[in-house]
Amino acid sequence: MEKNRFTGWLEKILAWSVFLSVLLALYLALVYAPTEKTMGDIQRIFYFHVASAWIGMLAFLVVFIASICYLFTRHDKWDIYAYTSAEIGVIFTTIVLLTGPIWAKPIWGTWWTWDPRLTTTLIMWFIYIAYGKIRTSLREEEKKARLAAVFGILAFADVPVVFFAIRWWRTMHPGALVTSSGIGLAAGMRPAFFGGLLAFSLLYCYFMLLSVRIERMRAEIRALKEEILN
Amino acid sequence: MSINSYLDKLGVLLWKEIRSEFRGQEILSSMLIFSLLVVASFGFAVDLMDDLTGQVLPGIIWITLTFAGILGLNRSFTAEKQNDCLSGLILCPSDRSVIFLAKTVMNMLLMAIVELVTVPLFFIVFNYPAPPYPGWFFLALVLGTYCFMIVGTFLSALASASKAGEMILPVLIIPLIIPVLLSAVMMTKDSFGLMTGGTDIYLKILLVYGVIFTVLPLLLFDYLLEV
Repeated sequence: MEKNRFTGWLEKILAWSVFLSVLLALYLALVYAPTEKTMGDIQRIFYFHVASAWIGMLAFLVVFIASICYLFTRHDKWDIYAYTSAEIGVIFTTIVLLTGPIWAKPIWGTWWTWDPRLTTTLIMWFIYIAYGKIRTSLREEEKKARLAAVFGILAFADVPVVFFAIRWWRTMHPGALVTSSGIGLAAGMRPAFFGGLLAFSLLYCYFMLLSVRIERMRAEIRALKEEILN
Repeated sequence: MSINSYLDKLGVLLWKEIRSEFRGQEILSSMLIFSLLVVASFGFAVDLMDDLTGQVLPGIIWITLTFAGILGLNRSFTAEKQNDCLSGLILCPSDRSVIFLAKTVMNMLLMAIVELVTVPLFFIVFNYPAPPYPGWFFLALVLGTYCFMIVGTFLSALASASKAGEMILPVLIIPLIIPVLLSAVMMTKDSFGLMTGGTDIYLKILLVYGVIFTVLPLLLFDYLLEV
């Protein structure tokens, strides 16, 4: 009970901070940040594009770590983390794949190119949809969790190989902005960039919290159903 | 367990695979007929000008091999579900990775037969001269097939746990073998003498991929077969 009250509070605080930070991020990206000299207003999509890509990667990293933890501990909680994170990751990756072409068409003159970042994102999207397919195709809870965890580990190991394979094949995407030597971004744009990252990270945490709660409820309902049947 | 006894067990299991395949012949014959059909279909569908054939042929060869391979992989573990043969295999007094390796070697043998038949046919159907660097071409086939089959066999074991295994196997395999497909196609193209340098990297990708996806499945295979 005590724990429930704590997570209830946490949820409320998170919900409010998500609301405020998203508003702030919108303001920073759409109003505060200066218009880019050559690209114009279309460049503003970048603040959400990069933030979504970051959440996608983070979510899949969480799947990988949670999968390893599940195989070692066999605690349901890790399975729930892996699953919900994969779900959220796919959604944010979808946003990346949609916002990218919107930006690319006027700037590159093409919707899509077989660049490493684009292609890796696309393949990653396919991989984690496959991860979801494993889960929906299995009935038994324990087996579902175990096999999904195995695939979660294998899948994440594939992502860097895909990236490097395609990197040698061809490259076009703008390079990394944040490198060890500093940030390659005009000072006026930085608040919008980091505001986007912050808002999306909070959003991710909030989604995680909610979906973990939903999954727990589902498990509870299943247990109750079994109790009634027996 | 000594290496010798491990290899003995691998040999026994592999022999069992070979015998059961050549009694029924269902997998090999479907793979062969399917790949021949694909060769013929590509022949009709892609009516190429001479100078384009070399650019497209490597991709066509590898797509055909991928699909034929998935067809075979679908049966690799589901065949063991009849009469609960899989439980029998699990009860073998040996490390479970032996089961996995025996299946992988068997699938590679099947693919080798398919490749022996269909790859020359591609050159005949598309009226394309034999590759000027046959050694490189052979290496691409061997490494590409190995990487494909080791991941494929593992995922086939994973997918066989589900009733809809045959539906999800292609969805699992194809995104994971993208680096293999890309590198194998590039190496093949190179063996046709159509690339200008810098293709060693694809050999390296295949080797790295081969190592990663040999170690990981061996580590994880025990988790797949838990009862």
